[in-house]
Amino acid sequence: MEKGDIGHHISKQYNAELDELRNRVLAMGGLIEKQISDAVLALAEADRELAEQVIKTDYQVNAMEVNIDEECIQILARRQPAASDLRLIVAVIKTITDLERIGDQAEKVARMGLRLAEEERPKDNYLELQNMGKLVQEMLNHALDAFARMDVEAAIKVAHQDLNVDNQYESIMRQRITHMMEDPRSITRSLDVMWASRALERIGDHARNISEYVIYLVKGKDVRHTSLEQMEKTALDQLK
Amino acid sequence: MNSDSGMTHAIKLDHLQRDRVRMDVESEEIAITVNDLSLYYGDSQALNNISIKIPKNRVTAFIGPSGCGKSTLLRCFNRMNDLIDGVRIEGEINIYGENIFDKSVNVADLRRNVGMVFQKPNPFPKSIYENVAYGLRIQGVNNRRVLDEAVEKALKAAAIWDEVKDRLQESAMGMSGGQQQRLVIARSIAIEPEVLLLDEPASALDPISTLKIEELIYELKSEYTIVIVTHNMQQAARVSDYTAFMYMGDMIEYSDTNTIFTNPSKKQTEDYITGRYG
Repeated sequence: MEKGDIGHHISKQYNAELDELRNRVLAMGGLIEKQISDAVLALAEADRELAEQVIKTDYQVNAMEVNIDEECIQILARRQPAASDLRLIVAVIKTITDLERIGDQAEKVARMGLRLAEEERPKDNYLELQNMGKLVQEMLNHALDAFARMDVEAAIKVAHQDLNVDNQYESIMRQRITHMMEDPRSITRSLDVMWASRALERIGDHARNISEYVIYLVKGKDVRHTSLEQMEKTALDQLK
Repeated sequence: MNSDSGMTHAIKLDHLQRDRVRMDVESEEIAITVNDLSLYYGDSQALNNISIKIPKNRVTAFIGPSGCGKSTLLRCFNRMNDLIDGVRIEGEINIYGENIFDKSVNVADLRRNVGMVFQKPNPFPKSIYENVAYGLRIQGVNNRRVLDEAVEKALKAAAIWDEVKDRLQESAMGMSGGQQQRLVIARSIAIEPEVLLLDEPASALDPISTLKIEELIYELKSEYTIVIVTHNMQQAARVSDYTAFMYMGDMIEYSDTNTIFTNPSKKQTEDYITGRYG
């Protein structure tokens, strides 16, 4: 399949439908990227209003998921897509599930932000969470880019980035355990930080899932539940 | 975590148990082998060096746009093209190990072994019973009991027995198109061929009759090797185990049907089955 070629159907209407579908996924992705950055910003700045707004926006994400699903079902029923078109629909259905879950995790981060706003604040304004937030937001951005451009190499990069996220998560865990042992009064706050970092770590996993769907979409190969090396081998060894 | 550092929980793809085993022609028993087959109508070449192996007891579909040569290829299998003036054929076709173009081959015997059903149902203007018994009668079978049994068996196998058992002596011309097509299939299998060729068997039928024919194809493959030519891609996807895509007399891609419809390897195949213009 040519990169990004969802057009050139004999039916122009079909082209328009698939194009519209892809745009809606990207719009949903864009909204969720903003949810992540807003949630992390609200947490860092103790901005209650922004945190509330992230929590309130979640219904929009849910509505988008339902509507895109419905669109996919319509296309399956009416067009009986095959080959790359079929893979696009399957990838979209799976991608939006992960996007919706990312939205839920962003909401969790915002809720932790609300709780942490009540507590004493560290001088660095939770720099470690800000860094991790930036990283997972970037991952999602790259995964969506890979989806939009049907770019397998970009998708593989996302899977690589997930390793960094996991490392940061581990390091926050260790750091927090030390804090809690040194000063039991900080336990409540540390637990909230751990919940927030856990949510961010999950966002990284979901972004990696999306990058796996991109590989399926472009190459027709299922690379879920494989190691990174196997994923790269499967995705790159076969040139069309 | 999807972490690769903690790979202990990740399952290696090779070890992941897959419910659906990918079908592969190479591991099948082969019924028909086509070797380097070219066919010319006068000066114009209709088939270009086709080679394909068609597995036994499977349904193999030929798809492709009009004029791609799929029907021409199908008609080679029982030498129907012999009837057309100016046709020249190079290469060979082996059916169960025998080259069908060999001088020693009796074409009537070949067609007895390789039955064919066409787009438009073509029952004889006779009773339902006589339509099915016809093939056996010309083989010299006249024992009433043997014929009764064979007719019933064929009509049952063609999934039409229940609809016609009380009107066997009525004319076949009074049946619906879908019934006629199943009758014609019963007629071809009454003489127990090894291969059944279906040329657009459902394209003149309504959707329900089409589904009945497709169901029938599925049932028949345990007994026969079936090759079907169809314009209807969804039909090929539904009924076949293997699919060959042809274009302008070339065999572009031949693989198991799942692969062809989810991840074809040639762009031409992709364009055709997704309805794109190349």
